[in-house]
Amino acid sequence: MSSTLSVRDLRKSYSNVVAVDGVSFDVAGGEIVGLLGPNGAGKTTIINVILGVLDPTAGSARIAGENLAGNRSRALAHTNFAAVYASLPGNLTVWENLRFFGMIYEVKNLTQRIEASLKEFGLERFRDVKCGVLSSGEQTRVSLAKALLNRPRLLLLDEPTASLDPATARDVREIIREFVSRDRGGVLWTSHNMYEVEDVCDRVLFLSRGKILLEGDPKTLPREHRKTSLEELFISIAREPLALEGR
Amino acid sequence: MSLSRTAAIVLRQYYLLRGSPTRILPLVVWVSIDIILWGLITRYLNSVASSGINFVPSLLGAVLLWDFFIRVMQGVTTAFFEDVCSRSLLNVFASPIKLPEYLGGLVISSIATSAFGLAVMQLLASTIFGLSFFKYGAALIPFLLVLFLFGIALGVFGSAIVLRFGPSAEWLIWPIPALLSPFAAVFYPLSALPMWMQYVARLLPPSYVFESVRAIVAGHATRGDGLVAGAGLAALYILLAAAFFTHIYKQAVRSGLIARYSAESLS
Repeated sequence: MSSTLSVRDLRKSYSNVVAVDGVSFDVAGGEIVGLLGPNGAGKTTIINVILGVLDPTAGSARIAGENLAGNRSRALAHTNFAAVYASLPGNLTVWENLRFFGMIYEVKNLTQRIEASLKEFGLERFRDVKCGVLSSGEQTRVSLAKALLNRPRLLLLDEPTASLDPATARDVREIIREFVSRDRGGVLWTSHNMYEVEDVCDRVLFLSRGKILLEGDPKTLPREHRKTSLEELFISIAREPLALEGR
Repeated sequence: MSLSRTAAIVLRQYYLLRGSPTRILPLVVWVSIDIILWGLITRYLNSVASSGINFVPSLLGAVLLWDFFIRVMQGVTTAFFEDVCSRSLLNVFASPIKLPEYLGGLVISSIATSAFGLAVMQLLASTIFGLSFFKYGAALIPFLLVLFLFGIALGVFGSAIVLRFGPSAEWLIWPIPALLSPFAAVFYPLSALPMWMQYVARLLPPSYVFESVRAIVAGHATRGDGLVAGAGLAALYILLAAAFFTHIYKQAVRSGLIARYSAESLS
């Protein structure tokens, strides 16, 4: 599989605090990689660097072969993202938001693409509704529709299902899986829902104190570390990261 | 440069204006009040002054041009504040959009809104008070151009300040035209200012515009070198404002400010 995202020796520090400490990893096309770790582990920092809204102290990120530092605009044209903390403008309707971001990402045949997205995410009846008055679950669906509008080579999802009910969350997971198998896009996915991670991700990276401590298949990783579930493994890493760091 | 991305910023502004009378009204109401208030004052001055000077073109014309400059500046800053208030900076700046494309969109939005304000003011000034700038024809273009360029420069500068210090810094931006107006010699000749204020005024492009307007109204030939100096200064300020915005943006990307930016998180 070709590398859609290639992160090398990434480091971000704020005066004396090291948020990300020499992280390297790849995301291949058609692969969903889970970025896991306790709060403050550095997950969102890594995503912000890849999105070009945070300069790393050292290291590099390449998206679809484009160096982010060298050609930010061309690299970001291959990406899109949805995050629970990055809502779309609430004073624009669903249609207007998708049109606005579709033009920014220079989506071809935009009108047809928007229509297809509205249908795919069950947003047709909200087409002329301002995003600010939608429920948080509906807003998340609009954000995801925006994130898939340009069929990105790399999709960054920061807790995309955090505000969704279980049924909608399952639908969203299905849509993203479909996107991956159809468009061969790579996905970097952060979540605190270990059931979801196990269900969706091909590979996970466990992050603690800015370092990747573990990497592997979420279905086999717990057993390899004598844990009964991914959640148990997560908790043990969150509580005792040093025990794993020494390995 | 992508025209599509610049057009997206303009389209977003159109969507907001189209769907919101509260955004349309200020484009009309404040300029209308200014024109009517100053129009009546000039009429009164004409009736009591024994000098025979017609105050309509000098005072009302100055108000019209000064309001145009304010509309241009606010056209840029309000378009930027829309992103700030709707907390969409992260979504916008995490996209492939480049700074010139984004700023270009703000400027074009400002051209549209300020042209609308100018048309409203001209309509009122000509129909109620008989002041028509059309009689000056193309000679008016350099005046408008200098004010427009300086308005854009201040708008970009103000947007950079808000990007750096957060949404509450907008209260530092709105009074800027009022702070500049005594130095810009909108209503009186430069010679009426104390010497130290005249030095400051020479650094402000509008002072050259209003000196020239007064010269024309008084029937004197306007000094072209003054307008050239004003245009040169305005162009310089645009470059400085763009460089300042770029510097603040890069600093915000280095520090993570854009990633954390929201109406609540910054004081």
